[in-house]
Amino acid sequence: MSGTPEKALQLIDLHKSFGPKVVHRGVSFDLHKGEVLALFGGSGTGKSVILRSIIGLEKPDTGKILFQGRNLASLPEREMIDVRKKIAYVFQNGALFDSLTVEDNLAYPLREHTRLSAAEIHRKVDEMLALVDMKGSNRLLPAELSGGMQKRAGLARAIILGQEIILFDEPTAGLDPTNTRRLLENIKTLKKKGITGIFVTHDIPSAFEIADRVAILYNGRIAVADTVENIRKSQDPLVRSFTHPMD
Amino acid sequence: MTAETAVVRGLNSFWSRIGTQIISATRFWGGFALLSVQIFKELLTAPFYFRLVLEQMLLLGVRSFFLVSVTGLAVGSVMALQFGYGLAKFGGTLYVPKIAALTILREMGPVFTSLLVAGRIGSGIAAEVASMNVTQQIDAIRALGTSPVKRIVIPRVLAAVITLPLLCVCADYIGLFGAMAVSESELNIPSRYFITKVLDTLIMQDLLTGLAKTVVFAYFISVAACWKGLNTEGGTRGVGETTTWVVVATAIFIMISDFFLTKFFILTVFPRF
Repeated sequence: MSGTPEKALQLIDLHKSFGPKVVHRGVSFDLHKGEVLALFGGSGTGKSVILRSIIGLEKPDTGKILFQGRNLASLPEREMIDVRKKIAYVFQNGALFDSLTVEDNLAYPLREHTRLSAAEIHRKVDEMLALVDMKGSNRLLPAELSGGMQKRAGLARAIILGQEIILFDEPTAGLDPTNTRRLLENIKTLKKKGITGIFVTHDIPSAFEIADRVAILYNGRIAVADTVENIRKSQDPLVRSFTHPMD
Repeated sequence: MTAETAVVRGLNSFWSRIGTQIISATRFWGGFALLSVQIFKELLTAPFYFRLVLEQMLLLGVRSFFLVSVTGLAVGSVMALQFGYGLAKFGGTLYVPKIAALTILREMGPVFTSLLVAGRIGSGIAAEVASMNVTQQIDAIRALGTSPVKRIVIPRVLAAVITLPLLCVCADYIGLFGAMAVSESELNIPSRYFITKVLDTLIMQDLLTGLAKTVVFAYFISVAACWKGLNTEGGTRGVGETTTWVVVATAIFIMISDFFLTKFFILTVFPRF
């Protein structure tokens, strides 16, 4: 049966400025259930600000972010707590708590939001560490991890509650090819499980590997949004400036 | 450039600096008030992090105890010495226990302890929170559906408000001990006489007004340090600037507010006794 895909998230006419700097001039796009959307754009164009607005770390000046019938753009901080149990944010550098071990970092959301026993939490943490190829790293502190491991631990912590939507903020930035491959395999595993997500990146090959659709943020708006296949084939100069930057 | 132009430019720069100071002071007090409102709101709602409060109390108390003890001892000893030699000219050496005890309990204990804690702990809190902020750990706390005010600010504020008065009591007793030791060895005032005079002179209000001051100072130190830390920008340089700012701002606040608190207690508490 074909039909209009169900919308997991809807961004409508977002505007955002930081002082005199206008970042968004009417950003609108839909995220469909079960798809991964790659978001491209030059540095400083406000890609991360879109993710931060969705999770409520920034408030748009105007516009709507619709999720499960609620407008996240105007939701008070108290009510955002409930939303954050359903939308995960994977930080660019992992943002692990440096005073806590990997085990405690991963257990943090479970201890805060569930009534699981210590043994169940430990089992769940082990399960997530296995998912991101970090088995046995429980007792390490973030300072003892490589950059790639920090990002993978950050990914494991972000999704440990089984959120419906995952926001990836440049997950492969600054990683060597081996670690990039490893992280992509982790995300692919999640994709097979049917996650919905937004993948902000400058890493075009990785995005093509992971995403179903691509949106390009240009001049404060979504200039192009299409399937990966169509983006690959596109002759649009703006699209080609991302897909074939050497041309 | 004529002399007139130089004067005009100088005045413009002066007023612009004053304007900047007023804006940043307004921003600070506004932020301080908003954070205080949030603290009192979240203080009364679950979840409660008692373990974090205890951890912070232990850190704060243990880290500062040695410093506070040494300073208390030094302040008590020096005061006894200075009062002793000063009053000897008028034959008033025997008033040393009375004056030293009142000064230590009402002023020196609370103010010195708070200044030390501001330098040691205020800067520590500011640096820690600022580092968490610039490395997105504060954002991570929010993104994981928890409140930085509950997890970070409230435990530090409660720990400071509980621990600083306790440290002050320690500093007071150690200061009195120092004053007694110096009185005995340098001024030939017997310890028994010293203790009797101190007990005759002091009333509970002397101790309590001193401790009340430390509660005000502790609240200001911890909230100002957390607010500045949460609003730090500019990477490691920002962290350094935040730390310096907190030490300077809290020291100034302690000195100025001490005058007004003393005046307040003189007008309200002491006339009754």
